Amino acid sequence: MSRKQIYEKLADVFEDVFDQRIALNDRITARDVEGWDSLTHIILISAVEDEFGVKMDMKSVQRLTNVGAMVDLIEELLAK
Amino acid sequence: MDCFNYPVDSKMLLRKKIQIKKELLSANTSFLEKKIAVLGGSTTGEIVDQLELFLLNEGIRPIFYQSEYAQYWQDAMFGNQVLDSFQPDIVYIHTSWRNIPAFPTVSGSREETNLLLEDTYQHFERMWEKLSERFQCPIIQDNFDRPGWRLLGNRDIYDYRGRTNFIVRLNQMLYQYADEHSSFFVNDVDYLAASYGLDEWSNPKYWHMYGYSLCLEGIPCLAGSVANIIKSIFGKNKKVLVCDLDNTLWDGAVGEVGVEGIQIGVELPLGRIYYEFQQYLRELKSIGVLLAVNSKNDESNALAGLNHPDGVLRPEDFVSIMANWENKDRNMQAIADGLRLGTDSFVFIDDQPAEREIVRQASLGIAIPNTDHVEQYLSAIDRSGYFEVTSLSEDDLSRTDMYRANAGRAQLQEGAESYDAFLRSLKMKATVREFEPICFQRIAQLTNKSSQFNLTTLRCSESDIQKMQEADDYLCLYGRLEDQFGDNGIVSVVAGQIIKNELHMRLWLMSCRVLKRDMESAMLDTLVRDALKIGLDRVIGYYYPTSKNSMVKDFYGRMGFQKTDEDSSGNTVWKLTLKEYSFRHPAIDIRR
Repeated sequence: MSRKQIYEKLADVFEDVFDQRIALNDRITARDVEGWDSLTHIILISAVEDEFGVKMDMKSVQRLTNVGAMVDLIEELLAK
Repeated sequence: MDCFNYPVDSKMLLRKKIQIKKELLSANTSFLEKKIAVLGGSTTGEIVDQLELFLLNEGIRPIFYQSEYAQYWQDAMFGNQVLDSFQPDIVYIHTSWRNIPAFPTVSGSREETNLLLEDTYQHFERMWEKLSERFQCPIIQDNFDRPGWRLLGNRDIYDYRGRTNFIVRLNQMLYQYADEHSSFFVNDVDYLAASYGLDEWSNPKYWHMYGYSLCLEGIPCLAGSVANIIKSIFGKNKKVLVCDLDNTLWDGAVGEVGVEGIQIGVELPLGRIYYEFQQYLRELKSIGVLLAVNSKNDESNALAGLNHPDGVLRPEDFVSIMANWENKDRNMQAIADGLRLGTDSFVFIDDQPAEREIVRQASLGIAIPNTDHVEQYLSAIDRSGYFEVTSLSEDDLSRTDMYRANAGRAQLQEGAESYDAFLRSLKMKATVREFEPICFQRIAQLTNKSSQFNLTTLRCSESDIQKMQEADDYLCLYGRLEDQFGDNGIVSVVAGQIIKNELHMRLWLMSCRVLKRDMESAMLDTLVRDALKIGLDRVIGYYYPTSKNSMVKDFYGRMGFQKTDEDSSGNTVWKLTLKEYSFRHPAIDIRR
């Protein structure tokens, strides 16, 4: 799956979780999105795992500082 | 909404909770408002959000108080201004084994462990006493789930030093308290964890990263369980379980295979699973759930099935038996009128998705679990908590007798039809074709199995069917019907012999699983087109009565034929002049 395709799917996940369409890019962080608090973050991780059919371990989840890092991790897990 | 049906769709409930909440709020205008204090020993954020969805789905709009992280005990024991002025209608205490302050050590003596157990129990009991003194409202307390590991292995459950043993004993004390206090309810988390799967339920990642005592996707199950207790306390339990009969209470259709042909009883696997299900329904009746029948059947067939010697349930176990050819949504209303209950207190089980859909689209507020396969029936009802027992009264134990007396007074009502709209929404597609070798087996089988919608009851072997297909003087069609819920397979067969300019119908039958879908119109429209194409002028229909096919006695008349003959045993002959036929155009996309 290309980075662009990952972004497309990711946008669907964000739309469901935050109930609004969000223009995503590498630099977006939780601070930039209304409603992206710690509670919602857990749901987001779980929905992303489900959408891409991957499992993110605790250590990788801790590294997710922005959307770019999330896409990196998805790419990495899909490549396995 | 389907995501609340067992098994709950946790992923959907978490991911789309904002949209789901909006939908629930807009679907109802008369919510019962209740104040619920959630006192947590761990994170409760998502638990509250999910509990809100489940309660809204039950018609209860909750207002929440949430304790600060893990402050359940402090809040309960010492109170605080916000909680005191909140004045809850319900207190829910969400704790887990991680909130047990101390566990026995392997070096501790039996006496020390007993003292520790008593101390631990008192920690909780003092809190419950304080809460009921302060708020005089029902309290719901989670029991303790088991940790994901066992230091002593199998010994952990029975050795007094085992953690599991300690938890089991603590739970017993909690149950004793519940048994003695009618406003105290245990939420059986131990069971939920077991049924969910303890390995995933207790995944430590959720505790260490987020402070949740269980996994994220287990939270909707937990919330659903708490919501069941709450709605039951506030009188929003379901009251009536309405059952289809054929393939719902036994395997097979009495109208097709006769009462001796259905499977029910302990002899065979299918019979056994239906037997167990019937036993469960009779036990439901014993706790005050009313049972009713809503079946597309002749009443005599329904009663014959319920009187099967190897079955459990008997006609007198039901407060209402609607076995007729009326649409099921209409029957629901009639059952409700007879019992003087709202249809929103009903649960409906039927093996046929399309029948469930008819009832769903009538928007009667009836709960409709997923019951496609017999092995799901029992858990679909049991796990949904429709009849959650928060008390058990004398009334509950004799409820069926009361209602049976009322039911006799009810009458069937006639009203406006909106059935056409339902048929259109099914998005039906029919494939109507001449007999083909690949279908011979199924066509022959249909001629041997169909008894109710069968005009001539001509039983055929595969080679009989092949002969018809090869004969120059036969026009033979079979029909397959699909709808948005799936493929019903080949469900109708019509075959006629051409004599001069007339088509004499030798076979006309349809499977009862597609009754009232207008498939008969699709077959006739196609037959007329084909007959006109080869230059015929008339179709001659024959009806030969049997003990099972009375439902099609007037079939030809309904389809626009004229009766030309009738003999003393009720055999009738009908004529249709093709040029005068007005096409029926059913709401079915017909493919050739």
